[in-house]
Amino acid sequence: MFWGVDIGSTYTKIIGIGREKEITHHAVIPTIFNQDVIVGEYLADKEVKMLVATGYGRHMLGDSHGAPVISEIKAHAKGAYFFHNEVKTVIDLGGQDSKVIKMGDDGGFTDFRMNDKCAAGTGKFLEIAANRLGLDMQTFANVGFDADKELTISSMCAVFAESEVISLIAKKESLANICWGVHESIASRLASMAKKFVLNPNDCIVFTGGGALNPFLHHMLELKLERKILVPEHPQLMGAVGAALSGLEVLQ
Amino acid sequence: MGVELHKDLLSSIGVDVERHAKMMGMGLAGYQAGFMSQSNRPKAMAYFDWFMSEIQAERIAEINALKAQKKPAVGTFCIFVPEEIVVGAGGACFGLCGGANPPIADAETELPRNICPLIKSAYGFKLQHTCAYTQSADFIYGETTCEAKKKTWELLGKHHPVHVMNIPHMKRERDLKMWQEEIKEFKKHIEEVSEQKLSLAEMLDGVRLINAKRDAMKRLDTLRGMHQDIMPISGKDALFISQMSFLDDPKRFTAKVNELCDELDVRIKNKVSVFPKNTPRIMVLGTPIAPPNWKLHTAVEGSGACIINEEGCIGHRYFKDNVDIEGVKDEDELYERLMKRYSKIDCACFTPNTGRTDKIIQMYKDRKADGVIYYTLSFCHTYNVESHLVTEALAKEGIPCLVIESDYSPEDAGQIKTRVEAFLESITFKQKAEAFANK
Repeated sequence: MFWGVDIGSTYTKIIGIGREKEITHHAVIPTIFNQDVIVGEYLADKEVKMLVATGYGRHMLGDSHGAPVISEIKAHAKGAYFFHNEVKTVIDLGGQDSKVIKMGDDGGFTDFRMNDKCAAGTGKFLEIAANRLGLDMQTFANVGFDADKELTISSMCAVFAESEVISLIAKKESLANICWGVHESIASRLASMAKKFVLNPNDCIVFTGGGALNPFLHHMLELKLERKILVPEHPQLMGAVGAALSGLEVLQ
Repeated sequence: MGVELHKDLLSSIGVDVERHAKMMGMGLAGYQAGFMSQSNRPKAMAYFDWFMSEIQAERIAEINALKAQKKPAVGTFCIFVPEEIVVGAGGACFGLCGGANPPIADAETELPRNICPLIKSAYGFKLQHTCAYTQSADFIYGETTCEAKKKTWELLGKHHPVHVMNIPHMKRERDLKMWQEEIKEFKKHIEEVSEQKLSLAEMLDGVRLINAKRDAMKRLDTLRGMHQDIMPISGKDALFISQMSFLDDPKRFTAKVNELCDELDVRIKNKVSVFPKNTPRIMVLGTPIAPPNWKLHTAVEGSGACIINEEGCIGHRYFKDNVDIEGVKDEDELYERLMKRYSKIDCACFTPNTGRTDKIIQMYKDRKADGVIYYTLSFCHTYNVESHLVTEALAKEGIPCLVIESDYSPEDAGQIKTRVEAFLESITFKQKAEAFANK
């Protein structure tokens, strides 16, 4: 078995693939303390031919399990290419990072952009806003479709954006409209990062990471970039898939 | 460590000794962990390790001994200071503390949050009285290279004497003429501080001393970055030497750098490299990297690449040009030569500044680098905006480039490492793909 583990800031994703690149195991567990031990326990009764780590906590797993590490960029590029080999741009929205990856023709990435030290434009920002509105992520991600007004969140900082959300609540704006505004703010950030790489109007874009599970964000991103954007079946697992694949390729 | 030994001196110049000792302890611990643990370092690094241990002790005592003889002590934050004149007067010209995070909170009591960390850090060091260099300076030399600095001098002037030189932002004839007047006035100011006339011969001696120092640093830059498979010294160590070039006595420093270069010459002959073969060679561009800001170099050299050159003011921009004093007959002629040398500085404060882009591309080719990291401090608008023009030009040449904006806080070290690792992966992939295609 070839394993890929993506220790993200919010969730840890584990993928197991067989020799034919078929996915046999997948798990998503919250990232807490001692995540390397938890991963070790998950793999304890399983055959491990290769283990490759990626994500924010990759070095932790590298240190304790001796696992080779690859960057999230390479991992997401590989994962997205595996499912959609016509992909030209990957947009990945994780818990604390957002990335736009420009792909070469052969599955390798040629360039990328990433958010700077700042939570605005990351999944964390959506989480903060949902909490503030007292909504679970599922509801939060869908209610925006019912908006009837275009509210703009103008702050560049997640902390101040939160206070903008609070002031919108105080103004008795509807939940749907506030959700629209929050999603719009993230989508326009991602879109402006992506526009640098999306040159051809027919280029295939794949949206990955936990953020891609959010249908309204997906919709807003399509509006901003004026094109169809593909979302793989388990977008949050793409990094782990990429890690597992790179391990398999080394041994082949 | 000598700080204990010089406690009385430090408190006599107004250093908050207790707080200072705490910060020095942190700095030294960081240096030991990050620098002294590197393997196969050149033996001649021992001197620079010693200098670090005495950075706010023995060197401060030396500067204050000069001051006791009425020699000028000038603290700076920029490479536009005609240090030749200060050194010619027998004084010391040194960079002031401005690369550490802890003083920033203090600075924000008087300065806005949204300006560059270097200014805030430097200002905080003054408010805290924790930089022995700042406390030793007869005056702080200010320049008008950016809006934030220009205004900060007015505030800083309330806490310490400041002399401001107006650096033009264009290099037309009339701008350069004005600039020459500024140099003349700077010399007058030095004479006032030292209460002594400064002769042409003394100034020429100063130029010779600083020219020799720049030559030594150029030699180090060549040895470090021009041999494709042999990197005889780590980028971290070389950066540290650049940083110390702003603090050490120029004569001693020149001798020690040349000593190190002699050793590196031998290493190159014997093919001794501190990095394995095929280690990606990275050039760093952008804003000054003041000590102890070692974040980027640590991330890059901890990720399997090496840094072969810094283009910044703490780096190549500082030592690339000398003052030509061939046949100088009078003072006015010397001012003109000084101005000519300083006008070659390709600081992003200038418009246009295309010379910088050309230099970067040439440097990249000469050094057979594999990629470029454009590093800029947050809110350093000139270098930040210019990064767009530079990266555009690099893209045209097919040069891989990563832009990183950061400050002195440690929180984004992990994120920077991710970006650096991904960048290195993209370079090595490109190399492999090219090798494959060429087969």
